[in-house]
Amino acid sequence: MSRSIDIQLRVNGEAVKATVPSRLNLVDFLRGDLSLTGSHVGCEHGVCGACTIIVDGNTVRGCLMLAAQANGTEITTIEGLADSGQSAALQAAFTNRNALQCGFCTPGMLASALGYIDAGGAPDRDAIRKHISGNYCRCTGYQSIVDAICDVIEEART
Amino acid sequence: MTGPAHIFDKPNRYIGQPSPRVDAARLLQGRGRFVDDETLPRMVHAAFVRSPHAHAKILEIETTNAKPAPGVIAIYTGDDLAEHVTPYVGVLTHMKGLRSAPQHPLAVGIARWQGEPVVMVIATSRALAEDACELVQVDYDELPPVVDTETALDGDAPVIHPEFGNNLAWERDVVAGDIDAAFAAPGVQVIEREFRFGRHTGVTLESRGTLCDFDPSEQQLTVYYSGQAPHMMQVIFATHLDLPEENVRVISNDVGGSFGIKIHTYGDEIATAAAAKLLKRPVKFIADRFESFVTDIHARDHIIKARMGVTRDGTIVGIDLDDLTGVGPFSMYPRTSAIECNQILNLTGAPYDLENYRAKGRVVFQNKTLMCQYRGVGHPIAMAVADGLLDDCARAIGMDPVKLRQHNLMADDSYPRASATGMKLDDLSHQRALLKLTDIMDYKGLRAAQTGERQNGIYRGIGFVSMVEVTNPSPMFYGVGGASIASQDGATVRLDAGGALHVSSSITEQGQGTNAILAQIAAGVFGVALNRVKVTTGDTATTPYGGGTWASRGAGIGGEAMLQAAQALKDQVLDVAAVMLQTTVDKLDIQDGAVTDLDGAIRLPLADLARTVYYRGNELPKDLNPELIATRHYRVTDFPFVFTNAAMAAHVEVDIATGFVKVLHFWAVEDCGRVINPLLVDEQIRGGVVQGIGGALYEECQYSPDGQMLNATMADYMVPMASEMPDITVAHIETLTKTSVLGAKGAGEAGTGGAPAAILNAVNDALSPLGASIWQMPMTPERVLNVIDSAAK
Repeated sequence: MSRSIDIQLRVNGEAVKATVPSRLNLVDFLRGDLSLTGSHVGCEHGVCGACTIIVDGNTVRGCLMLAAQANGTEITTIEGLADSGQSAALQAAFTNRNALQCGFCTPGMLASALGYIDAGGAPDRDAIRKHISGNYCRCTGYQSIVDAICDVIEEART
Repeated sequence: MTGPAHIFDKPNRYIGQPSPRVDAARLLQGRGRFVDDETLPRMVHAAFVRSPHAHAKILEIETTNAKPAPGVIAIYTGDDLAEHVTPYVGVLTHMKGLRSAPQHPLAVGIARWQGEPVVMVIATSRALAEDACELVQVDYDELPPVVDTETALDGDAPVIHPEFGNNLAWERDVVAGDIDAAFAAPGVQVIEREFRFGRHTGVTLESRGTLCDFDPSEQQLTVYYSGQAPHMMQVIFATHLDLPEENVRVISNDVGGSFGIKIHTYGDEIATAAAAKLLKRPVKFIADRFESFVTDIHARDHIIKARMGVTRDGTIVGIDLDDLTGVGPFSMYPRTSAIECNQILNLTGAPYDLENYRAKGRVVFQNKTLMCQYRGVGHPIAMAVADGLLDDCARAIGMDPVKLRQHNLMADDSYPRASATGMKLDDLSHQRALLKLTDIMDYKGLRAAQTGERQNGIYRGIGFVSMVEVTNPSPMFYGVGGASIASQDGATVRLDAGGALHVSSSITEQGQGTNAILAQIAAGVFGVALNRVKVTTGDTATTPYGGGTWASRGAGIGGEAMLQAAQALKDQVLDVAAVMLQTTVDKLDIQDGAVTDLDGAIRLPLADLARTVYYRGNELPKDLNPELIATRHYRVTDFPFVFTNAAMAAHVEVDIATGFVKVLHFWAVEDCGRVINPLLVDEQIRGGVVQGIGGALYEECQYSPDGQMLNATMADYMVPMASEMPDITVAHIETLTKTSVLGAKGAGEAGTGGAPAAILNAVNDALSPLGASIWQMPMTPERVLNVIDSAAK
């Protein structure tokens, strides 16, 4: 319960050193210790996708990984994606399509969408729907999100 | 020339344009501010020991081991908090006969549902508070629970509140015409079905939560609240924590979905505020997902026996229904838990020209999570019952369901008028909406294809619903019954020294685009560029007083208040401009940030006018006292509600081997009056449809016979995900409401209200060649297979 572990990692390009309780979730560490509150907590067991972040280039559920496991990793959160411009095209498309309402799922949705696009995903609506089916959105009908992701892929091809 | 008619003709009016939301960028960059994103100095955290039983006497609470646990600041039981929080009772005087018992934030003496908070632990972190919860010992004596609504009124059923003698919370009978005579008339065929609607819940992705801070030096409680109605909560906190109302400030920043879930009095949130007051420091409580499932309000859960009579030529002669619903052990405070049943009684069959109607509703107590108003309140049930029976009648008399609707829907030129239950209706367009729907979906083509598909063993169905939606409620909804819930809303518009507008409103933002449409209305009516409007909502300290956003009232009521305030400010500014320019107001306009001639030629930039007023008042005549700020309030006066209508259709495929229902496409033609921003309305309707599809096909709070919720995780409670959802085509008819200048009605709940009926009808259409039909939601694969098997026997 009280065991702590020293970790060193890079978060959004900055070096981070911390001593964390062994049971601390990665997303709670990012939110609580680093004040990176853009990653959200929806279910805490890997179903809803609200805490999706990028760890060493892979999209990962921040609630299914312990902070201790992040030792030595390179992490990018929504704040990092936004600041670096990596998610700029998606942000513009989500805005134009109104692909968000409350915005709680949005950071995780962007991280998942970026994973699809960066892997060379096609502007195929069914494939996009399948890819984002680990990200729960209660507000939109998903259609605008699919539209926005398609827009980004198609614009990049032209 | 500055009159209202001018508003909608300007080139830069903004109203009606698909402008992207200005505040989207913030949310897209991870810069949202949800309750759990807030931290305050000296903040501590609450966790709760909750009842593991549906019904149990609390014999003893032992906190000796928990108190010295690491990080623990305080532990409170129900008895402890009862000394500091007055109990609340969820009744309204206009819901005649509705009963409920006093409720405490933490259970006192008896726990009445699984998940009811029993003990609160405050510690320096949530994790430590949860650790200490494990060390709290509660001795329970289990009592027999009331779980099944159908036996809740039996003579031998346990009684949850012995002082009432039985478990009846409320009942109502509605009678119009003579249904028995109508059904007995020659040539009338009567169709009877028993409908079952499962319990479901809102599953807001951001769970409920609150951060409460108390400053004893000023006796000031500040509550960061994830919800829809800050002023309502201000009254509740003040009343039950014994504070002057003005000493309670409620702030709603970003809200991660609400849908009616976060607009009620939850014991854990009240307890958190009480703890902040007692400890004189900030206390945060964020519900985890399990807590959300067992304590967020549930909804639906109705068993309805219903009959519809139809003549051979397709005239519906009436509807007779009996609704039984269980609402948990208390009626929710302050909105009550009888409203959904009441809506069903009021709204079933409301689109149709019916002379005879009889409805009985009974609301019973049970030992499950409390039920209350979730998106669509009663609509999905009322529409599924009426339109489900209507499609069944169509099959019985061999008439096309569209033709049967056209024959019975109220004529578009028959308003103003009343429904069979006496609801006042105006400005509706059922016939046009249905015509537009069949046109955009290519109904003839789909029907033609269906026959061939069936021959190939593909069971596809087409289902319709024609619906009404209650929007823009007047004081007749809650205020008349004694609830401190405002039905009017206010808007303030202020011109700053740089020529920008600062607007504030009492309606609130949960993602609908409230702030965006407020800005559009202010910019368009007053005459500045959209990006020169700053919007403030969700703070009782800085916004006008009003109800907030619920019952599809934000745009219609709050939007009209904003329109009037912007118009009033424009009139004031033009008074000043006329003096400064030595002309008269009828020769001036405001366009794109400047006072102009009527032809648009710039006379005076607004910044110049404002700087003269604010900095160089010496240049103005002494008797001119400019007010560059205006506030207006608006309420609906002529109608209890402003009804909207929609026609929707679903195209589904049923896999008769597995029972799986695939929604192939969905269409919605919605008449919400003036569409302020089609980009926002369309996706809101789609989101509503998806929630409706969830209720129709997937979502159900499953309970064991002893009252344990069996699927209280997001892995087990099925919600619609992207891959199961169809593309949804949305179209509009704009029949303006005459109750306001803006002419906007609500749109937020239509999809949720209508989709279940359309899906039900589509599934039954698909199953019709098998002689099977289903009348239970959610229509799970197992239930679909069961009705197919029963039909085969």
